[in-house]
Amino acid sequence: MDADNRIRQEGGTTAREATIDAIIGRRVTGSVLPALLLAACNRHQSALAPFGAEAASTRTLTIVLLVAAVVIAASMTLLMRHAIRTPGERLTHDQGMKLVLWAGGVFPTILLFALLAASLPLMRPAPVSPADLRIKVEGEQFWWRVVTAPGPGQLVSANEVRLPVGRTVAIDLAGGDVIHSFWIPGLAGKMDMIPGRINTLVVRADKPGRYRGVCTEFCGLSHALMAFDVVAMEPAAFDGWMAGQRGASATASAAAPGAALFARYGCGGCHAIRGTDAASAIGPDLSRYGNRATLAAGILPMTTANTAAFIRHPEATKPGVRMPAFDHMPEADAVAIATYLQGLK
Amino acid sequence: MTDLAAPADYVAPDQNDPAVRAVQEDRLRAVWQPPSGWFFRWTDVNNNRVGVWYTLTAFAFMLFAGVLALIMRAQLAVPENDLVTANTFNQLFTLHGSTMMFLFAVPMFEAVSIILLPQLLGARDLPFPRLSAFGYWSFLIGGVFVTGSIFFNAAPDGGWFMYPPLTTRTDLSGLGADIWMLGLSFIEVSSVAAAVELIVGVLKCRPPGMRLNLMPLYAWYILVVAVMILFAFPPLIAGDVLFEMERLLDWPFFDAARGGDPLLWQHLFWIFGHPEVYIVFLPSIALFAMLIPTFAQRHLLGYPWIVLAAVGTAFLSFGLWVHHMFATGLPKISLAFFSAASEAVAIPTGIQVFAFIATLWAGRVIWSTPLLYAVGSIAIFTIGGLTGVMVAIAPFDWQAHDTYFVVAHLHYVLIGGTLLPLFAGLYYYWPLVTGKKLSDRIGRTAFWVMFAGANLAFFPMHLSGLEGMPRRVFTYPAELGIGGLNMASTLGGFLFAAGVLLVCIDMALSPTRAKSPRNPWNAGTLEWLAHPDDEDWGIRSVPLVTSRYPIWDQPGFVDRVDQGRFFLPDAEEGRRETIITSVIDARPIQVARLGMPSVIPMITAVALGSVFILTTYHLYWWALAGAVATLAAVLTWLWTTAEIPEKPCKPIGHGLVVPLYLSGPSASGWWAMFITMMADATAFSGLLFGYYFFWTVHPDWPPPGHAGPGRFWPLVALALTIASWAATVGARELNVRGAVAAARVLLGVALLASLASIAAGLAGPWTSGLVPSAHSYPAIVWTLAIWTTAHAGIAAICQGYTLARSLAGRMTPEYDADLRNITVFLHFLLATAVATYLTIGLFPELRA
Repeated sequence: MDADNRIRQEGGTTAREATIDAIIGRRVTGSVLPALLLAACNRHQSALAPFGAEAASTRTLTIVLLVAAVVIAASMTLLMRHAIRTPGERLTHDQGMKLVLWAGGVFPTILLFALLAASLPLMRPAPVSPADLRIKVEGEQFWWRVVTAPGPGQLVSANEVRLPVGRTVAIDLAGGDVIHSFWIPGLAGKMDMIPGRINTLVVRADKPGRYRGVCTEFCGLSHALMAFDVVAMEPAAFDGWMAGQRGASATASAAAPGAALFARYGCGGCHAIRGTDAASAIGPDLSRYGNRATLAAGILPMTTANTAAFIRHPEATKPGVRMPAFDHMPEADAVAIATYLQGLK
Repeated sequence: MTDLAAPADYVAPDQNDPAVRAVQEDRLRAVWQPPSGWFFRWTDVNNNRVGVWYTLTAFAFMLFAGVLALIMRAQLAVPENDLVTANTFNQLFTLHGSTMMFLFAVPMFEAVSIILLPQLLGARDLPFPRLSAFGYWSFLIGGVFVTGSIFFNAAPDGGWFMYPPLTTRTDLSGLGADIWMLGLSFIEVSSVAAAVELIVGVLKCRPPGMRLNLMPLYAWYILVVAVMILFAFPPLIAGDVLFEMERLLDWPFFDAARGGDPLLWQHLFWIFGHPEVYIVFLPSIALFAMLIPTFAQRHLLGYPWIVLAAVGTAFLSFGLWVHHMFATGLPKISLAFFSAASEAVAIPTGIQVFAFIATLWAGRVIWSTPLLYAVGSIAIFTIGGLTGVMVAIAPFDWQAHDTYFVVAHLHYVLIGGTLLPLFAGLYYYWPLVTGKKLSDRIGRTAFWVMFAGANLAFFPMHLSGLEGMPRRVFTYPAELGIGGLNMASTLGGFLFAAGVLLVCIDMALSPTRAKSPRNPWNAGTLEWLAHPDDEDWGIRSVPLVTSRYPIWDQPGFVDRVDQGRFFLPDAEEGRRETIITSVIDARPIQVARLGMPSVIPMITAVALGSVFILTTYHLYWWALAGAVATLAAVLTWLWTTAEIPEKPCKPIGHGLVVPLYLSGPSASGWWAMFITMMADATAFSGLLFGYYFFWTVHPDWPPPGHAGPGRFWPLVALALTIASWAATVGARELNVRGAVAAARVLLGVALLASLASIAAGLAGPWTSGLVPSAHSYPAIVWTLAIWTTAHAGIAAICQGYTLARSLAGRMTPEYDADLRNITVFLHFLLATAVATYLTIGLFPELRA
């Protein structure tokens, strides 16, 4: 919570600055804007706070473009002011046409060519070798199916993407039901998830930490409530985590009363928990549910109360959710199931 | 053709005699008198009235969409707000975007142009006044239908881009999607109708002497933009057809599980959607091109450059739709190409803007409220243009795409490039329409309020977008720290609305103000001949134009016009008339008789609207009845056109005698047919594109298990279409040579061949058992076959109609416009049939 509060306070400052900036208009943006960029507030879901190679180079590009834009906009404004204030007949027809040719035609052409030449290398996809880690992510209304290292020994999970820093990772993106778009602003640009197609995003994280990604293609009622956690880990820690996940399912809570209730209410009809009878792939995989930081696809903090409430009334958190409501379920049962799920680590 | 000579007893009127002039004015006034009565006043077709209705309606839709935006901004003012539900919010942003684009920006251009174009060209009215009225009523009905849906919680909620499969799956989206598709398709039809009217107006209704290079720039822009509408809207109409086929009949064009592809819609939508941006932006440049010379008190610099830049922008705008799809995973090489094209479009825009700056620099500037709006909007537009260059760079776009950065960009472009320029035009042209100036004090205050509001609302969005705020979210978490930015945007939004309110108050106060003098800004172009006590005849006499700024450059110009010393100063036969000139050099070639006020355009619009609206509610039999009513209304309407005049020609002054009837490529009706068919052919090419698009995404095409329609029936249908075409062309040739009976027989043969081609065209897919709901292949084959045979059906109606006209004596060897016009239709039908039947019949064989 401490961290959240800090983020909130920082956010307040930035917003105030932005407000002032907008009020005083473009003329002073030259000085305020870079300061704003550097003081970017949220550090876990921002293209201005990169933790990956692609996002970092794009941020550099952004700053160059912004500075150029501010200079051009300011010069245009001054030029218009001058043009209006100059008394008549000071500029002949031929001089005027030269202005149109050079300032309106030649200068922008040169500038745009330079810009294009500079940006073309950034459009090249990073090379991937077969040895690189692959992660398959599928968008569903309104959650993410995540398969780390697809193939034998793959890890199925939901709403959380973990990746090692310093290594190239290829993320294969597919649309399950409708079009979604996969965006981790701090890592790289976004890529659409389209039914019937697979798009690949090649990334490399540089800074360990917890980050957030969101859906950016309008996908229905709860499009705004479709996010996910991103955890960038040191390579050794990542390998350890993978091994731990592949190992025997945490059974500490298998005997918990919630396990039986989970089966009795038919939760396994949609959800899977490795090592149990529940193996359906319709809804999010719940193996190791307790390890995740958030629930309902990055929307609520992971607490027993939140989980229990979501089980009974998912619609209250997420309009249009596919999961049916269990409003007839006694609260005690919901809490028991929530406790069981949170014990899956 | 006819021998052009005035009757022997003809005596030219003496324009020096005030009594003669008064008699002429009485006659003109009588014939141009608007209809009266609580109902019949709405049957008016005069551009002055229809244009004003059109403008006010589009303005009302803008205010409506603005209120929707305010509700959205209130919801987003603070994080995790619950002012409106997700469901309501999704309807709000869908309707906000759709209304602003389809019910405000494009119709507003057409509405303003309907008012201005005849004035700019010194014409009495547009060539097809009833078509304008039809367009207006269609627009009103469709617009009320689409926007009204939100009061029933049934508004479209899939975004203004309506991406399938979210919107085509009937389990994920309801009636709103149909309302969007069918309601807006109807409006697209009216937009295309207006575009046809405006193109013919520019090309054929210029005053004598006004060669293309003397046209006011606004007319050039009308021509460019209307041509863009003509080619941009039909791909969307094709997309709409496929979309509704999927929703209503389960034909899987966009369903990946059955061989469809959601990206096909995105291509068709953005082939429309990107030119659309320039369709709504170029008219603003056009307004600047009129008002900047006025306030610089000199000719605009670089006229030919501006024309070339406008045409260049139009061309480029059709080549950069993919920059809306940079994140869809297209091949990188195509991204590089479209990045380059997107940046290139900045160059012609730069030329145009600098031509204005140079003109202001060279001229002696008179500071005024319209100029304040123009300069302010260029400043705002510049910022939008610069962020546009940024998002044209694919790597930057991958971050900015579908975030609030793009919301900021597009609002800077549209406020600076459409809305504020329209206000500049409002303050500039208000005296032309009402005879009174608006208040400078209120106008300038409103400008600064809007300028501050726009920047406060939209500048912070650049940051909230890069800070991770996606578009189209009804809420956002407090943790993102963008609450302050959003609050600023909300306050700015309301501030902007306050500015718009001030403009509305200014307009509402106008009736209490005194009349301003004629041509209050001392402008040099023809439209300022309009008199404060406006007469409905448009212009007293149609002038001979020898300059781009005739009021400034041609001595005694205004008096000569007013004293009827130019052409057509009278309405001797009691008919509404205007002069038709040749396309390039504006030689007078005809006096066209224009449509009088009539209820038929309104009836046609209601009938056609009922087809779209009833289909939305799946009332297919009623919709069919509506279609029959539409056909009846259209035929009734047409029957009164191409009327054979009581005399072959008439004198228009200065010894000129011109015909009253034209047929073939010099006639305005022929041009209207040709232009309409260009739009029709573009829509067809959208469908054909669908066929070949599927071919590129499927390794096997036709897919295994789906046999094609075979070779036989498609080729028979093609042969029958060729026969129908040949018989029609033959009938035209025989008719003009006087062999009327033989021509009639050939028309009958052509009619039968058209009908037979319908049966043969449908027999292919029918006999081969293609089930359209099984896969995208049978679905697109059926669609092409139905499109082509439906056109064969229209051909049959045309042929029957022309036969009836011949039998009724309304089409003769000398007066054969009907037959020449339907031949144009048949040419296009032939091309459509060749493309369709060779594609569905032979392409599978070539592949095998």
